[in-house]
Amino acid sequence: MTKQGKDSGSEKKRKKKTPPLKGGREPEWANGLRQLYDSVVDEPLPDSFNDLLDKLDDESKST
Amino acid sequence: MVVKLKHTAAQQADFKRELTQVIPHLRAFARGLCGRPDVADDLVQEAMLKAWAARDRFEPGTSMKAWIFVILRNAYLTDMRRNKFHGEYDEIVAERILTARAGQEEPIHLSDMHRALLTLPPERREALLLVGAGGFSYEEAAHICGCAVGTVKSRVGRARATLTEMLEEDTIPARSSTDRVAHAAILEELEIASKGQSNHN
Repeated sequence: MTKQGKDSGSEKKRKKKTPPLKGGREPEWANGLRQLYDSVVDEPLPDSFNDLLDKLDDESKST
Repeated sequence: MVVKLKHTAAQQADFKRELTQVIPHLRAFARGLCGRPDVADDLVQEAMLKAWAARDRFEPGTSMKAWIFVILRNAYLTDMRRNKFHGEYDEIVAERILTARAGQEEPIHLSDMHRALLTLPPERREALLLVGAGGFSYEEAAHICGCAVGTVKSRVGRARATLTEMLEEDTIPARSSTDRVAHAAILEELEIASKGQSNHN
């Protein structure tokens, strides 16, 4: 569950090197897949989620 | 009648805080599973409500992330069987991601990546998402998918092989046919999977 690429220093290093190859088997597009995923992780949370979290509190008060 | 509350208020607050932290990851996983952002977010909210309702069953100290991923996955499979998803995805959003990423060394169009991903059978897609994007270990992914570690490895390997072929040979199915073809393939896989749950690849 390691989160990589948070510090920009190592980010630059990684760019110069070839992407990490686990046993030489990680395909070229592997970074693209991570970007696709991370782009969603990094999105600001829509309001509906905060509304839902607020509702959870209300619900637990009444139980 | 006395309602027995297993967890204290402090534990409940902890639970909610951890739940909040996991939301972005749930959204990313759900988006990869079902494509369209609005449908994916609905799925995440469904999973959050289920997790909240089952919060007494969560053991503090264990991985909340893995626990809720299991809930999300189950919700997805249930909705899938009800024919709720159609392998669609939001082309405009995918293009915007691509533009935002321009300038970085990225030869592959993320919209192509997304479309190719959605054509994979769900077992392989989720395995690849968990291991290749979500940063889970094979062991954690096996726990989430309820299967053997070797099965996850094999699914990831097959998913990678298929994607490599599609992306390198540019044989991603066209958008118009993708939806129906992918959906049919996905449902077929699901049928097989639910029949031979134990060690099917």
